[in-house]
Amino acid sequence: MTTETVHITARLRQLACGALLCCGIALPAMAETLAVPIGWLRVQVPPPPILSNLPPPPEDLGLAGARLGRDDNATTGSFMGHDYRLTETQVPEGDDVLAAARQALATTPFLLVDAPAGLLVQIADLPEAQGALIFNVARGEDALRGADCRANILHSAPSDSMLTDALMQFIAWRRWSDLVLIQGSHPGDAAFSAALESSATKFGQKITARKTWAFDADMRRNASAEVPLFTQDFGDYDLLLLSDTLDDFDRYIPFNTWLPRPTGGTEGVVPAAWSPSVEQSGAAQLQSRFTDLTGRQMQSADYAAWAAVRALGEAVTRANSADPATLRAFLLSDQFQLAGFKGRPQNFRDWDGQMRQPIPLVSDRAVVALAPIEGFMHQQTELDTLGTDRPETACTAFTD
Amino acid sequence: MRTATIAAALLAAFPASAAEIWVTNEKDNTVSVIDIATLEVTRTIPTGERPRGITFSKDYSVVYICASDSDTVQVMDPETGQILHELPSGEDPEQFALHPDNRHLYIANEDDAITTVVDTETKQVVAQINVGIEPEGMAVSPDGKVAITTSETTNMAHWIDTETQQLFANTLVDSRPRHAEFTDDGSQLWVSSEIGGTITVFDAATQEELGKVRFDMPNVHPDKIQPVGFKFDGNSEYAWVALGPSNHVAVVNMASLEVEEYVLVGRRVWHMAFSPDKSQLFTTNGVSGDVTVVDVASRKPIKTIKVGRYPWGAALRP
Repeated sequence: MTTETVHITARLRQLACGALLCCGIALPAMAETLAVPIGWLRVQVPPPPILSNLPPPPEDLGLAGARLGRDDNATTGSFMGHDYRLTETQVPEGDDVLAAARQALATTPFLLVDAPAGLLVQIADLPEAQGALIFNVARGEDALRGADCRANILHSAPSDSMLTDALMQFIAWRRWSDLVLIQGSHPGDAAFSAALESSATKFGQKITARKTWAFDADMRRNASAEVPLFTQDFGDYDLLLLSDTLDDFDRYIPFNTWLPRPTGGTEGVVPAAWSPSVEQSGAAQLQSRFTDLTGRQMQSADYAAWAAVRALGEAVTRANSADPATLRAFLLSDQFQLAGFKGRPQNFRDWDGQMRQPIPLVSDRAVVALAPIEGFMHQQTELDTLGTDRPETACTAFTD
Repeated sequence: MRTATIAAALLAAFPASAAEIWVTNEKDNTVSVIDIATLEVTRTIPTGERPRGITFSKDYSVVYICASDSDTVQVMDPETGQILHELPSGEDPEQFALHPDNRHLYIANEDDAITTVVDTETKQVVAQINVGIEPEGMAVSPDGKVAITTSETTNMAHWIDTETQQLFANTLVDSRPRHAEFTDDGSQLWVSSEIGGTITVFDAATQEELGKVRFDMPNVHPDKIQPVGFKFDGNSEYAWVALGPSNHVAVVNMASLEVEEYVLVGRRVWHMAFSPDKSQLFTTNGVSGDVTVVDVASRKPIKTIKVGRYPWGAALRP
């Protein structure tokens, strides 16, 4: 871990030198510098134990994407006279989150937040956050885009329903309409299952049977013996849905089911904001920039943070302003577009602050399909076939 | 049947031409050589890894090929297909432009945010210029005084003074600029923006924006109309613009900047080259792995030619 940190620091220094060199060339032609400070705040939540001992999530998950976004912005900024700084705040478990957020908001109106949904809303409701622009870079709960939405929160992470709609479009397109579901016992699993159920209804698919994973044995030894029996009484079906948001047991299900059937959801064909297997539409370049910076592969949380910082940078570049109200208006307008390496311009829904984006459906080594799947039509943009559309929204904070 | 008749008529119209279109196949590491007289692939020549940009020297004695994943520009004898030598290109060369002096190559290094200038005679790097992230499009003005790099993530056209090899202007364009070309008289610079879905037209003397070309096709969502490569027709009348995943090329009136027609070609059209008399246009279609031959006068596709996997660049060898 120490080695990685040193590597990052060295690389950042190298990049900083490069940026200075650019400034040296470009500066004579421009006026004074516009400072764009950006904050990143994570509330550390210890992950519950899981069965597998395979490598845990990287410590800089998400943060590394914000750093790359800052570097990308800084290069453009060097030609425009815009100076991007990233301030990183980690709040250890048990510390005062709201105090840390107040402190961060005292130095910048632009704050990326990786925190549980309840805390995210509390941060947005702080007096210090009024007039600020907060980016939700981690949480998928639809309520954050619905009844609990806030006018000062934009979401670069896709909502759960965008992910499950993407999967159901794929399933409908493949005509695998008879589905069964296994869900874990974590609260997040129930939420993801609920999203799967409503997406199935939305796209006319049937979930005919449901089971809850209740084993407490070590599945690395027992999967091949237990899973066939556990899935035997499902009867016939086309695809097994898995809702195991911690990736506790789901990895042991494929190839061990009673009937030879594909899986989808949290294992098998997985809807994700990003994956190391995304390579089309110039994505290979983003992947290699990320790997150069971090020494690892880019994940969905990294992408969400990168997209938030890049969206902010794109707005600053076009509006030539660092005023949060100006930038918020620009980000929510039809003038804004982010080239997000997923083949279509990405912008924000002006009814709930959610970033529109294609959702890759990925296996470990390939993009199986890219949603919206061709044939799912929409009167405005096919991207709005994913997630909560304007007529269904429960969010009222954006009607100003 | 109809196609065959037209092809036969065309054969009669252009007898015994030795002209060729050279197409780089990004995922086959080859060049496909199309004989314009027969509209057949006559040769397939191995190259370095991931060949993309391709251009001939002014006297057509050598052909330069960006072998992106080999981090080199290969210099090939077009007669024999032998690699004569390689040029230091910087990392991940994607596109380049040859200066009118027939000596200096301006190369966009996609992974490095750098434009590299190479002297093809001494095989030395003359200059490296810091530009925006993901440099891609390259152009040199007809008088040789200005070179342009477009950067896909920084969304700019960077203007380089070829005397000093320094940037003297940076102009914003719409998202993900891909290709840049000066008009034949050097008065305008055109830059395509893939995600923005536009072409921005600049006054080359003042770097002021003169206007934008916008595209609008019935039954194709604007998100999928993504202008990438384009070429001027030689008469300063029309620009032909490849529109990526919309599978069409647009015919743009250069005076009004209005689109007159959309011509259906293969899937994910990238770049193109004209026949010597500009009567035919050859488009590289990345996803369908073929080249569409378009009759310029009638604006109709007349033939599809199978080439390698992911054809990308195209260049004429008269």
